Amino acid sequence: MNMLTEAGVEQQIADQADIAAIKMRGKGVTVHYGDKQALFGVDLDVPEKQVTALIGPSGCGKSTFLRCLNRMNDTIAICRVGGDITLDGEDIYDPRIDVVELRARVGMVFQKPNPFPKSIYENVAYGPRIHGLTRNKAELDQVVESSLRKAALWDEVKDRLQEPGTGLSGGQQQRLCIARAIAVSPEVILMDEPCSALDPIATAKVEELIDELRQNYTIVIVTHSMQQAARVSQRTAMFHLGYLVEEGATDKMFTNPDDKRTQDYITGRFG
Amino acid sequence: MVNYLVLLMVALAVAAYFVGRSRAVASVGGEVSRLHSLPGQHGLFLAMIAAGPALLAVLIWRIATPGIEDSIVQARFAAELAEFGVPQLQAFLRDARAIAFGGIVSFPDETKEAAAVVFRSLHQTSIGLITALALILAAGGSLFGYSRIAPAYRARHVVERVVKWFLILCSMIAILTTIGIVLSLIFESILFFSEIPIFNFLFGLHWSPQSAFTGAGGEVGDVNTEIFGAVPLLAGTLLITFIAMLIAAPVGLMAAIYLSDYATQRVRAVAKPVLEILAGIPTVVYGFFAALTVAPFFRGVGESIGLDVASESALAAGVVMGIMIIPFVSSLSDDVINAVPQSLRDGSAGLGATRSETIRRVVLPAALPGIVSALLLAVSRAVGETMIVVMAAGLAANLTFNPLEAVTTVTVQIVTLLVGDQEFDSAKTRAAFALGLLLFVITLALNVIALRVVQKYREQYD
Amino acid sequence: MTDTTLSTGPASPDGLHTGDAAKMRLRARYAAEARFKWLGAGAVALAGFFLLLLLSTIVTKALPAFQQHYVMLEVDLSADKIDPADPRAANFLGLVHDGLGNEFPQVSGRQERRLLRGLVSTGAGVVLREEIEADPAMLGGTHRIAVPLDDFADLYLKGLLAKSGPSQRIADVRVSGAGDEVALGFADDAIMAMARGAGAVEGEGGGLRLTSGSQSFLLRIAGGTVKITELSSREAGGAVGKGTVLELLERSVETPADATLRTIETAEADRKITDREIVWLDRLAGAGKIENRWNTLFFFTGASREPELAGIWGAVVGSALTMVVTLALSFPIGVAAAIYLEEFATRNRLTNLIEVNINNLAAVPSIVFGLLGLAVFLNWFSLPRSAPLVGGMVLALMTLPTIIIAARAALRAVPPSIREAALGIGASKVQTVFHHVLPLAMPGIMTGTIIGMAQALGETAPLLMIGMVAFIVDIPGGFTDAATVLPVQIFMWADFPEPAFQQKTSAAILILLGFLVIMNAIAVVLRKRFERRW
Repeated sequence: MNMLTEAGVEQQIADQADIAAIKMRGKGVTVHYGDKQALFGVDLDVPEKQVTALIGPSGCGKSTFLRCLNRMNDTIAICRVGGDITLDGEDIYDPRIDVVELRARVGMVFQKPNPFPKSIYENVAYGPRIHGLTRNKAELDQVVESSLRKAALWDEVKDRLQEPGTGLSGGQQQRLCIARAIAVSPEVILMDEPCSALDPIATAKVEELIDELRQNYTIVIVTHSMQQAARVSQRTAMFHLGYLVEEGATDKMFTNPDDKRTQDYITGRFG
Repeated sequence: MVNYLVLLMVALAVAAYFVGRSRAVASVGGEVSRLHSLPGQHGLFLAMIAAGPALLAVLIWRIATPGIEDSIVQARFAAELAEFGVPQLQAFLRDARAIAFGGIVSFPDETKEAAAVVFRSLHQTSIGLITALALILAAGGSLFGYSRIAPAYRARHVVERVVKWFLILCSMIAILTTIGIVLSLIFESILFFSEIPIFNFLFGLHWSPQSAFTGAGGEVGDVNTEIFGAVPLLAGTLLITFIAMLIAAPVGLMAAIYLSDYATQRVRAVAKPVLEILAGIPTVVYGFFAALTVAPFFRGVGESIGLDVASESALAAGVVMGIMIIPFVSSLSDDVINAVPQSLRDGSAGLGATRSETIRRVVLPAALPGIVSALLLAVSRAVGETMIVVMAAGLAANLTFNPLEAVTTVTVQIVTLLVGDQEFDSAKTRAAFALGLLLFVITLALNVIALRVVQKYREQYD
Repeated sequence: MTDTTLSTGPASPDGLHTGDAAKMRLRARYAAEARFKWLGAGAVALAGFFLLLLLSTIVTKALPAFQQHYVMLEVDLSADKIDPADPRAANFLGLVHDGLGNEFPQVSGRQERRLLRGLVSTGAGVVLREEIEADPAMLGGTHRIAVPLDDFADLYLKGLLAKSGPSQRIADVRVSGAGDEVALGFADDAIMAMARGAGAVEGEGGGLRLTSGSQSFLLRIAGGTVKITELSSREAGGAVGKGTVLELLERSVETPADATLRTIETAEADRKITDREIVWLDRLAGAGKIENRWNTLFFFTGASREPELAGIWGAVVGSALTMVVTLALSFPIGVAAAIYLEEFATRNRLTNLIEVNINNLAAVPSIVFGLLGLAVFLNWFSLPRSAPLVGGMVLALMTLPTIIIAARAALRAVPPSIREAALGIGASKVQTVFHHVLPLAMPGIMTGTIIGMAQALGETAPLLMIGMVAFIVDIPGGFTDAATVLPVQIFMWADFPEPAFQQKTSAAILILLGFLVIMNAIAVVLRKRFERRW
């Protein structure tokens, strides 16, 4: 077993605490889909206002872990989550925690851009509307504009806010989805392979955007691409077969990983 | 007689199968592998060519002769029938046939007796002819087929070609049915509109075809053209359909939403069969329920609060029709709601929307075209529904939109005009066909629009 | 963990999602969520309630129809009543009436006798004749024969026509006078209060009159029955009254005797059975001469205007014949069409046209198919009216789209690898389809066919158009005989005015639903049993 020892975890957490405050923390997270176990006791901390990348081969459990962070797994009937996950020290699986409030604080961007079949404006305004974040149209307009600006989409769409969001290009759609997530003013944004459906130019734009968003948001990103993880993240966690193999500063992970499997994966020997 | 002929041909086909098979085997001296086609295929080939043309001839004869016989009799009795209009002519022919071949004769007279004699002799002749023809075809086919059987003969190709043509023919039945519906409706409607101006029919406000004739011996010319106004029927149909949709649309839609997004597995295991049973109950049962339970109930409630509710109120028929349509709406909406991609629901949930917010603000708007088309199909179903309204709605054509009064519908009038012992060829019965045409056009239009909308909608997500 | 404090970072700077305002909003949103969810659950519950209401209404109405009351009568079958040489010529109904008359020798007068005869079914003669035909040895003696009661008598005995109140003993009743009208004397005037409660009309001088609009008070005394018509209190205590003799008293009651008071709560004016008939039926029942039997007549006879004689056998046979025709036509044609469209057809204008047609036909109102049948099959081909042949043809056209659509789905579910395997070893396209694909698709096709047949079995409207609505007494023997079918029989019975037909209709509905349940169950079993996952 290459699991980190308890003492090691304590030590590591202490290390991170020096770097940044910890926004979210997973401890002993397990996930079952029916009889099949998908995650085995994952311990992972997410530092505030940094980008944490989850990497690993397909089916390794990185997306599953990501979906645990805002309880998107709740929507799957056969899915059971064990262990503790905290947001600002509060257990998010505590029955007193409200999942709607949680998801407002921990937003999510999906693998495939999924704009609603509504106008661009309505797509971005959707979150503030349902959460009742604005008092009037002017405020809403402002939220929409600032969200679109933050998502670096404003200049491209400002003249056609009433056109359907589905009419945008793939990259624009994904940035629209990011704008939609930002509009709710979340504290954490989860991104599940946000660029996998995009072409290289669109990918570059989204990556640039992620880097900027780091100023204000805590970001967790699942990615298939090692280069992407290296480009956008400060910390990286490597998953394999449902286990967290290794976790640490991105620079270190890509230059001097502790685990043999991490090394094999980032050098392309499997994946 | 003809039945025996058909039986004979079937027997011939069976015999030919075995003969063909054994001849094929014999032709290669038992070494079946030398045959191009299997012995059974040779047998089938012989059976088809021996009995097929003869059976086809009998079928064509069966379809064509009544018309030919009619025209011969008409020509023979041209003098006597000169004064007759189309309806009397058809009544004459029907009675003459009934005298000749047995059946109920309405008004026997001497000319009809004479025509019956002609019918009978014509029938004898034509049976003789078809028998001879069938026998010749069978003999010729058998001999031809028998002579063709040889080791190299490609019996399988012939058989398969025939099979393929049979398949094509069967799939053409759908087209033939549509053509049959359209032609029969249009033919009778044209006759109807030659007596009653189409304008009076489509825009007339007064419907009372039972008073179409002054008396039993009324002449065609006496038909009052002002009493075939279909507007009250359309209004009644609309009223009942509206009430039905008022029940079915919200209940069906909400049930579909609940079952697809909220219900636990156990609730679904109970609720789905409930809806299926509701859908499987014959409409005549709903009609009985409406007439016997629901209508008196509404009447009683109305009385107790001082309202005058007709015992055949549009409300009762509409409510029960609504119940009948609930499963229809819910299963169609279930399909369209499930067709909304999960990614949209996830997107909304990921932003922190509650389930109902996701449904109301994302799923339903996305599924709207599908839901609209489901509702259109439900309306079409309600408009064409017959038994509930026949049993629970009224007969008198009131032009009213008060749901507590009795109204009548297009389908009720079709049934009333055609059920019972009446002459087939009066303006009254033709009016039923004109109403049928109206009904067909309305439902067809609704269906076509609904299917178009659904197709557009499917393309959106495929 | 000891370092939780470390990870407790600041919440969202302005508490946007965790502040009090956010909590308030959240509460409102959850309330809306709950409302929406309950609305959905309510819709489902409403559908369930409708189904339950419908089924329970029909079942409760139907159950009485499965039983029928018979009266056991001593019928004289001696030679002077029935000529042994020609038994068929006898007046069987008259013999039954004589037997009934013998039970009530005191009944006299034309009107009264006719009322009495009305207690047994008009079909009782036929029942007697059939019994004699089955066992000719009965001729010559007197035999105890069970004959069905008239529908109103039957309904009364089932408790559906009149509501009986409690019977109670009344002590010291005097009856004086002879003939039809007698005077009554009661020891106490408790009966006055009862009469007032029973809707008696106040007459002049404090008297009470029990009319046909009030409850009936039937006084059983001295082996006879007196119906109380008038009552008044006596100064000296007790009450006096007048009554009509419905059943002769065996002796006069000058000295006070005990009596039993039977009340019928439904006023005579509101029910279709008179007090006199009730008294007779009570007498027969009391003598053990009435039996409640399983209603075999209902299952094994044809239609009739008399509810107690009406059965569904004719309609069942008609339905069966019609379904045979429908199945024989729609199954091969539907499967052939599906095979062509799914396996052979190339996408072209013709196949598109066929598909559009099939989809549209599936949504054409059934009554339009009836019009097609009327215009084409009856008027053009001169096929017989009311015949299962024509009904079956019309229903076949109607079910064709259902079968084609189901068969195509079943064929499509057979994986292409099967076809490739067969074609790969040199089978022709036709052989591939008929030897490999079709057998594998058969369970699915059968399921679809059964569901289509179930629809056809419940269909009514198109059959009305082709005259299957005629009143047909005989059991149809062939495809061209005049016949009716179960749903049409239900439709006709629902329209008959006799109350007993309501029960018959419900019972027929139950039987129709039973057939449908069986068919659907078979379809479900087929689906489960042969369901294949490729």
